Amino acid sequence: MLIQFFFMLREGGIKVSITEFLTLLEVLEKRIAGYSVEEFYYLARACLVKNEALFDRFDRVFSAHFKGIQELFGDDAAEIPEEWLRRNFERLMSDEDKALIESLGGWEKLMETLRKRLEEQEGRHEGGSKWIGTGGTSPFGAYGYNPEGIRIGQEGSRHRRAVKVWDKREFRNLDDSVELGTRNLKVALRRLRRFAREGAADELDLPDTIESTARNAGLLDIKMVPERHNAVKVLLFLDAGGSMDDHVRVCEELFSAARGEFKHLEYFYFHNCVYEGVWKDNQRRHSDRTPLMDVLHKYSADYKLILVGDATMSPYEIHYPGGSVEHWNEEAGATWMKRLLLTYPKAIWLNPEPVNRWEYTASIKMMAELMEERMYPLTVRGLEEGMRALG
Amino acid sequence: MTDLRFTGTDRYVATEDLMTAVNAAVTLGRPILIKGEPGTGKTQLAEEIARGLERPLLQWHVKSTTKAQQGLYEYDAVARLRDSQLGDERVHDIANYIVKGPMWEAFEQEIQPVLLIDEIDKADIEFPNDLLRELDRMEFYVYETHQTVVAKHRPIIVITSNNEKELPDAFLRRCFFHYIRFPDADTMRDIVDVHYPNLKKELLNEALHAFYDLREVPGLKKKPSTSELLDWLKLLLAEDVPPEALSGDDRRKTLPPLHGALLKNEQDVHLFERLIFLNQRDGR
Repeated sequence: MLIQFFFMLREGGIKVSITEFLTLLEVLEKRIAGYSVEEFYYLARACLVKNEALFDRFDRVFSAHFKGIQELFGDDAAEIPEEWLRRNFERLMSDEDKALIESLGGWEKLMETLRKRLEEQEGRHEGGSKWIGTGGTSPFGAYGYNPEGIRIGQEGSRHRRAVKVWDKREFRNLDDSVELGTRNLKVALRRLRRFAREGAADELDLPDTIESTARNAGLLDIKMVPERHNAVKVLLFLDAGGSMDDHVRVCEELFSAARGEFKHLEYFYFHNCVYEGVWKDNQRRHSDRTPLMDVLHKYSADYKLILVGDATMSPYEIHYPGGSVEHWNEEAGATWMKRLLLTYPKAIWLNPEPVNRWEYTASIKMMAELMEERMYPLTVRGLEEGMRALG
Repeated sequence: MTDLRFTGTDRYVATEDLMTAVNAAVTLGRPILIKGEPGTGKTQLAEEIARGLERPLLQWHVKSTTKAQQGLYEYDAVARLRDSQLGDERVHDIANYIVKGPMWEAFEQEIQPVLLIDEIDKADIEFPNDLLRELDRMEFYVYETHQTVVAKHRPIIVITSNNEKELPDAFLRRCFFHYIRFPDADTMRDIVDVHYPNLKKELLNEALHAFYDLREVPGLKKKPSTSELLDWLKLLLAEDVPPEALSGDDRRKTLPPLHGALLKNEQDVHLFERLIFLNQRDGR
């Protein structure tokens, strides 16, 4: 039974190794856990899953595999103690409410409905409606007893029986394609660290000093080296305005994370597609432009280029001279993009639009083609892949 | 040894899954890797395991410049060089210049110790790989003196990580893993109880409400964590703030008193002030 579980986990995308599996068996043999499914679940998770982002997947596999087997343990967790329910709701209700219950067929009937509803929710769960009262699914929300929603499963610890722990799937949010926030972005950007020593030699190189001194028959010979720091240089181009307004927040986070992470960071804004001019200040975008040619000449080819934009526009804006929505461009956006990519061979495009929409937007496909498919979604995982492509 | 069970202590609330993971690690003598939001008590866990099981605690705080070798031992070449120039007698025995690291110390303990390797992700990417054999076999070789140091008792090793770097698979395979989730309101009440047993019920309720409300505010750069809540409660107690000051309708209309303990970032305070301004306007 456990062998099958092992292979199910691997199929489910959790790369459990044989040693980890053996560890689990060893723990079981030592009888650390009693015979409860819950403890077995915790043990198996601690032994086999080493990344909280995979907890949700583990929960799903576990639930699928142990659905039938759990009956062997004789667990009665699906039952809801009525007394407990009653206590809870009596506390919440006013006399008016109680009168209303009577008009609805009495307390017993209402309890019956609620119990059914709870059982139903345990069965389904993919809707994540563990909050009774959310989205109008609960009789209590509907009748107005409890507009804010009460979290029934958490109210008393004796109710937290085995099955629910994994069926709750509390780690759903941690799957790594969704989570955002500057800290996560910074962590992802850190992949691009390249430590190098350059500049003035102002740090004592102890091993070299000792070796040189020894070679020097014991006469002190001090060696210095420059300080070690992140030598990666980044050129960030951000799409601003228009359809990007929906993505302002994630772009702000990326920008502040990048600012904190890279010592050599230069940034410019563009609109929809890169043309002959870019700007540093969105308030003065028309008066204070930097010609793209100057950028190309000023920053050397070892800068890594990161373009951020939704690439959602009319195809004319990429392929035709004069296609820009804001001004008359002498040369097509594609031409300028090619110049950029020629100068900076290490380049990626980060797109905040969800990946499943890329296929249906002609301009995104065209832009991805221009980028030679180095376009990544602006999620933590996408960012990590992008950083790998840049590194 | 098998009857050793960690069940939390009088000042640390351990959830059931955490206890299971810790006990598995203790029994098999394998390291346990702890991750979780900052301020959820990862480092404190090691201290409390040591206290709960009455074991000595050794700590190794990892920094970005820490090398794996430093945990085993260091050869103090500079001291030896100086001694040789001064003609000190000690210079003839290299063993005088071997400085023991925390792992060596842990291996030498007469009873099984708890060894904390704190914030392993701060170190270089290769750091965990360099410790594979030492964590697995609990032994290492000292080249300078040609001796093999073997652990007298496999120490209980607690490793914490803030997820700044991914750890190599080979390393992860040798550890148990536990992720400390942010506590729900009930667990939080238990935690606060353990720290401030004499706290007035109303004050705690209001404070928890304000705290969870604050965590729900979208766009905060740094959400306040358990340790910040505890600090804040301490301040509230010290200043003798009445529960009413935290409660009711004006919770969304004023900054909570002594908010400096909860919001550690001026952008967050600004954001919160803006929200309060909006709420006030809507309220009118």
